[in-house]
Amino acid sequence: MKKKYSYLPLIFFFILVLFFARQLILKEDPSELPSVLLEKSLPKIKLDKLSDYKLFNKKNLLQLNEPSLVNVWSSWCAPCQIEHEFLMTMSRSNNIKIFGINYKDDKQDAIKVLKLNGNPFYAIGRDDDGTQAINLGVYGVPETFIIDASGNIRYRHVGPILEYDMNNTILPILNKIK
Amino acid sequence: MIIELGHYCLALVLAISLFQFFVPALGVRYKSSSLMRSSFITAYISFLLVSLSFLSLTYAYVTSDFSVSLVAQNSHSLKPLIYKISGVWGNHEGSLMLWILILTFYSATVALVGRKLPLKLISLVLSCQGLIASAFISFILFTSNPFIRLFFPNIEGEGFNPILQDFGLAIHPPFLYLGYVGLSITFSFSIAALLIGKVDTIWVKWVRPWTLIAWVFLTIGIALGSWWAYRELGWGGWWFWDPVENASFMPWLATTALLHSSIVAEKRDTLKAWTILLAIVAFSFSLLGTFIVRSGVLISVHAFATDPSRGLYILLLLVLFTGGALVLFAKKASHLKSGSLFQPLSREGALVINNIIFASAAATVLLGTLYPIFIDAVNNSKVSVGPPYFEAVFIPLMVPAILLCAFSPMLSWKRANIENIMERIIAVFICSILLTSILVFIYNGSASAFLGVFLGFWLILGTTYEFIIKVGIKLSFKTFIKRSLKLPRSAYGMSLAHIGVAIFVIGVTVSSAWREEIEQPILIGEKVIINNMELSFLSINNVKGPNWIADRGEFEVVRKGKNKEFMYPERRFYPASQVNTSEPAIMSNILFDLYIVLGESLNNDKSYSLRVYYSPFINWIWLGILLMALGGILSLTDRKHRLGYAIKINNENISK
Repeated sequence: MKKKYSYLPLIFFFILVLFFARQLILKEDPSELPSVLLEKSLPKIKLDKLSDYKLFNKKNLLQLNEPSLVNVWSSWCAPCQIEHEFLMTMSRSNNIKIFGINYKDDKQDAIKVLKLNGNPFYAIGRDDDGTQAINLGVYGVPETFIIDASGNIRYRHVGPILEYDMNNTILPILNKIK
Repeated sequence: MIIELGHYCLALVLAISLFQFFVPALGVRYKSSSLMRSSFITAYISFLLVSLSFLSLTYAYVTSDFSVSLVAQNSHSLKPLIYKISGVWGNHEGSLMLWILILTFYSATVALVGRKLPLKLISLVLSCQGLIASAFISFILFTSNPFIRLFFPNIEGEGFNPILQDFGLAIHPPFLYLGYVGLSITFSFSIAALLIGKVDTIWVKWVRPWTLIAWVFLTIGIALGSWWAYRELGWGGWWFWDPVENASFMPWLATTALLHSSIVAEKRDTLKAWTILLAIVAFSFSLLGTFIVRSGVLISVHAFATDPSRGLYILLLLVLFTGGALVLFAKKASHLKSGSLFQPLSREGALVINNIIFASAAATVLLGTLYPIFIDAVNNSKVSVGPPYFEAVFIPLMVPAILLCAFSPMLSWKRANIENIMERIIAVFICSILLTSILVFIYNGSASAFLGVFLGFWLILGTTYEFIIKVGIKLSFKTFIKRSLKLPRSAYGMSLAHIGVAIFVIGVTVSSAWREEIEQPILIGEKVIINNMELSFLSINNVKGPNWIADRGEFEVVRKGKNKEFMYPERRFYPASQVNTSEPAIMSNILFDLYIVLGESLNNDKSYSLRVYYSPFINWIWLGILLMALGGILSLTDRKHRLGYAIKINNENISK
């Protein structure tokens, strides 16, 4: 093996370490929203209509004048299916308004899921290419944001909302900011 | 008291490991064989003390000693005994204890079977193991101490994630760690070889079995993890390309490459620098896996609780070991004498292509796993890389690998004559195309199903054909059996492992191409039909387990020509942690799995949400992986791969 080539793995590794170090030192926890958005107003989002479900836009969220959830989901995302029943519980039993962003999904598949498992969403919109979700700082699906009555993001939950999260995180925060 | 004793033992091992690192290295420097020999004793003592330390922690779990902080956080007095024990490694601190236990176990084993190795080599290996042990023990003691007592003892433990209460998962970490940590041995051997500046036959003969051991355990460990995910997570999938899964998959890919390149190094005395690099990379991947799971740089459904200060410490470890090894590699690798160049069309040529493919596969998984970090660094946005990326890049890489795998064992070393084997390749090709066409036509499959099934047949037929030719053709049945029994076990091992790959590929293809699923609300007394089977929802009953209560659904399954069968999916509630879980009911056999998940009762009270999956051939996935592991074990029992090889070699150059 030629001498200069044997340095290649080292150089590659060095670059990798730089990225890790940056991630560790600059960003505390990737599951937290970049501080730029937290406590700030929900950014403008432009979504497409899904069939004849009510379209989600910032206006109808603000009109509610009460805390709400914004949930990013897809029919192809397995954890979303698990989360679904808790979204149903919150919308039916706790009467919480949930806004859905249907992320990079197939129209028919999305409708099928809502028909089968019930529709927990007050209003919903499609984000076909995922650009709108990026504005929100979405890392992956599912992800849920708690928005207060004046439209500010108060909390971000990464990953599926399980029963534990619902009872110990989401509902208490919603009650607190009511 | 016992827990303090364990704590003390661990602190003592830190001192001993530092000794084990420095003293033999000094011995090598000053050519003192007594200093070098000290490494054997320290390796045995370290293992003994770490075992005591580990046992004391286990004791605290078994007796539910909730004055120990870790036990109070992760255990519960109502847990069944086996999950109390597996709870020891079901968390960050305890899993590191397991890591260290296995590390010192391997060091002691190497010391025991390596007594007759050249003293310089074995003491450098043990010295390197000592450095790894001291780094990890100080990591435990200073950032993640499992022996801390609570000032006010808890009366009851805070439970344990009920999803993790599963037998497959309980034994999954030990297997995975036996694999991860096994790679430390090949790593240490590579460091020793670089320091000595010589890669000889003894070195290669030693690295191969240790690679095999690590590979077998990694294979089983990954399979258990995916089996758990399949049975427990309740959506019928078995691999999710989650960062934590990838963290175990990357070392596996690198080890698979290492396994094949070490054959070339052994048989043809070449590719040595590359083999050493792979050994370094494989162990680095297992460190990287540790880093990803615990540092919080990536999020995942089953990452441990994370803490940035731990992340920094692991990053330092990574820099120390991988960085150090790569510096050494950069300086010394060019001095390693490598054998002659070889023809592209030969067994070693094919193995090199195998290595290129597996290395690229590991690189693409690495890229996909870390991509969110890169993008975040470049333009400050968060992205997620999901199965579509991995499927799009991984499958095209694996297709040529499998095509190659069927006939490369037929190629001869040095220089193969393509005309000799062309006839066989064409015969195998035609047979597999015909078989695939018939099956895919009858069962109406897609193009990707065709490709997958074809690859499976191609590999099975090719491997079998190669095996028959190796025994000899045109023999009577009796001589055939007689001669095949004389083949070395490593030949059986290879064929078995390759057939395992084929069965795995068929399982993956068929279970996804012909999968059926139903998701719908169901009332008691209603029926659903899936793949000619009739499922009736009979009733819902309350049942009680050791630490949970459950609604248990009763389903009657009627299929043609069979008696009625019953399945019982559950929705469990764990009062200790206030968590609900779905316990799928799975009817499992070699041809298909029927998988029922009972969801929440819907708001009108009477109906439940129901998910049913029919996955044909899904068990072939694990059967295939099992065959691969068995192939590895069979090779390990081959005389020439015995761990203690070199014992017979005369130990004359001890103090050179």
